Amino acid sequence: MKANCWMGRNTVEVRDVPDPKILNSRDAIVRITSTAICGSDLHLLDGYVLTMKKGDILGHEFMGEVVEVGPSVSNLRVGDRVVVPFPIACGNCSACEHEMFSLCENSNPNAGLAEKFMGHAPAGIFGYSHMLGGYPGGQAEYARVPFADIGPIKIENELPDEKVLFLSDILPTGWMGAEMCDIKPGDVIAVWGAGPVGQFAVASAYLMGAERVISIDRLPYRLKIAERAGAETIDYEDVDVQEALLDITAGRGPDACIDAVGMEAHHPNPAMYAYDRTKQATRMETDRPYALREAIMACRNGGTVSVIGAYAGFVDKFPVGTFMNRSLTLRSGQCHVQRYLKPLLRRIENGDIDPSFVITHRLPLRDAPRGYDMFKNKVDDCNKVVLSA
Amino acid sequence: MTATRVRVSSRRGWVRPAKTFDVIYRWIFACSLTDRPVPVATTWEPGARACEDVMSGTHDSMPDRLAHVLGWASLTLGAMQLAAPRAVARISGVDDSPAARVAIPLAGSRQLLHAATLLHGRDHAPGLWSRLAGDAVDVTSLTGALVGRTGTRRRRIAAVTAGVIAVTAVDAYAALRIRRARGRAADTAERELRAAITVKRPREEVYRFWHDFENFPRFMAHVDSVRMSDGQTHWRVRGPATKAVEWDAEIIDDRPGELIAWRSTGGSLVPNSGVVRFTDAPGGRGTEVRVQLCYHMPAGRLGGALAKLTGEHPEQQVRDDLRRFKQVMETGEVVRSEGSPEGTRALRQAFQRRAQPVA
Repeated sequence: MKANCWMGRNTVEVRDVPDPKILNSRDAIVRITSTAICGSDLHLLDGYVLTMKKGDILGHEFMGEVVEVGPSVSNLRVGDRVVVPFPIACGNCSACEHEMFSLCENSNPNAGLAEKFMGHAPAGIFGYSHMLGGYPGGQAEYARVPFADIGPIKIENELPDEKVLFLSDILPTGWMGAEMCDIKPGDVIAVWGAGPVGQFAVASAYLMGAERVISIDRLPYRLKIAERAGAETIDYEDVDVQEALLDITAGRGPDACIDAVGMEAHHPNPAMYAYDRTKQATRMETDRPYALREAIMACRNGGTVSVIGAYAGFVDKFPVGTFMNRSLTLRSGQCHVQRYLKPLLRRIENGDIDPSFVITHRLPLRDAPRGYDMFKNKVDDCNKVVLSA
Repeated sequence: MTATRVRVSSRRGWVRPAKTFDVIYRWIFACSLTDRPVPVATTWEPGARACEDVMSGTHDSMPDRLAHVLGWASLTLGAMQLAAPRAVARISGVDDSPAARVAIPLAGSRQLLHAATLLHGRDHAPGLWSRLAGDAVDVTSLTGALVGRTGTRRRRIAAVTAGVIAVTAVDAYAALRIRRARGRAADTAERELRAAITVKRPREEVYRFWHDFENFPRFMAHVDSVRMSDGQTHWRVRGPATKAVEWDAEIIDDRPGELIAWRSTGGSLVPNSGVVRFTDAPGGRGTEVRVQLCYHMPAGRLGGALAKLTGEHPEQQVRDDLRRFKQVMETGEVVRSEGSPEGTRALRQAFQRRAQPVA
């Protein structure tokens, strides 16, 4: 089959690879009909995530048709149409029992490796480094889905792929980002990053009853999409974010801040940018935490900072003083996708939300490298690329 | 002059020591990640150790104490050499040499490294040997400095040289004494390891599964087969060089739902004994499984180091086996990925297959 493989820093290539086989009795093989490139795939492309290996198949947002099931999978049949959540979860361990699916204790066979870097190991993730399991991803024609009796959700109506594909990651991720803010009526929420996840966080915050949602980015075309989801916008290259937020909230600061940016943030001040960029390039820190620092500084006293942007390792100049002295709450996590599949599918069916509004580019799988290039370099106002077989 | 420069709150004065300490701190932190002794959980009965502590009766603690004193000496001297290199140069009688201005802070950093090695961790031998190497460098450069100097400076250099030689003797004494103790211990080097995992299943069920020794190959990566016959078990295990090793073991204690203890019998190539305990995890989180194992490391220290590099170290094996045990108990089988198609295994984690379907 064809699959999009990581071939080293800044290189992806569509290659011929063997077809997947059942390895565990709870596996299913899925013929992929739609798959997407995620912002976090760019961290892999840029080489900031450790333990990648040349030839690894990328992609963790995918859906398709079941073509084979292992002997222990009783809830799926060949021909079923499914969306596959990006964290792999067994459904039996303590973490899964508490619906913390991205912390599954059994799905990462390389947990020992992850423990060296992180102390404890999170779940395995499709196409996201060997530290997180060494599973091939879904930017391919077929994929093996472990624990297929737990993860995938069946789509039993005629909704097109584009409306349900993002259940695999970015829609629930944005949703969880807003959910961690414990939004109450009257709350003002600020969202750093107006990429697809940030855009979904904006839409989710409104659905949860936020009074005002502010979207912060530097790319006008992305801010425009966030505006369509209802956000007020701040272009941080034009105005000082802190001042603008103080102005909007009459000096209080946002009740909760969502970091939907992660490790490759930018900063309008070239000197500040150069400082962390250099440290990152020389591996003195792995992540550039501008958005996180700013979110912590901006949040109102006693407010919540919700981190859904992807971070990999270590940062410095973490504003721990303001975090502690102002009674802030920091919440975070890779999305526990399985928890949100059913309720969010219902909302899509109801018409509460149509996630396809984030898509700007549709390409065949063989053009995946071009998709990565456009997405990374923001060519042609690229916001979200969907690949199809 | 030198001393005041550090204390004055000029930018340069403060930044430099801060950087130095940052580096040292990171280094110590890095060491602590790799060389931390395993804490003893209170629920582990001290009387039920898996092996006799061969060290406790004969352990020679004198060189350890000496190593600590030398570590603090290194720390003090290193700090002085870094903070006040000119004063050190004056006392040593080499304040007329431009080379000393570079050499003294360098020697200071070296001393701090010695200090970190000696004051941290339990194995002092590498720290002592590196100190000895440093002593040799110091004596050589000091004797070199004697040439062509007269008067007070010459007397000072001579005094410092004599001091360094005396310290060298102490270093050598401590290092050799540790080495001698090691030689004695090597013949009887039994090692103990502990590993634990929490399994989300009832205690009785976990005990029963473990008690059926023929289940072992399902989660013990190296075990080919275990056969049971009246209280005796016969093990067949793949060795590091894929050569099979076989031995018999007997159950020496078996308390249903609580613990199983065993010991190899006869002239086994790999003498070993162990105990596995089962306790309820707090808060209804299943069962805590704790393994203590006592074994004889084949080929001694070198063998141990090699085994660690290749991921075949007993400690890694037991950790991997417990993880697989949890997978089997909770999910029904060993979990496989394309990067690790055999499932959890230390060696495989170091040398991953690429994440592509297995052909």
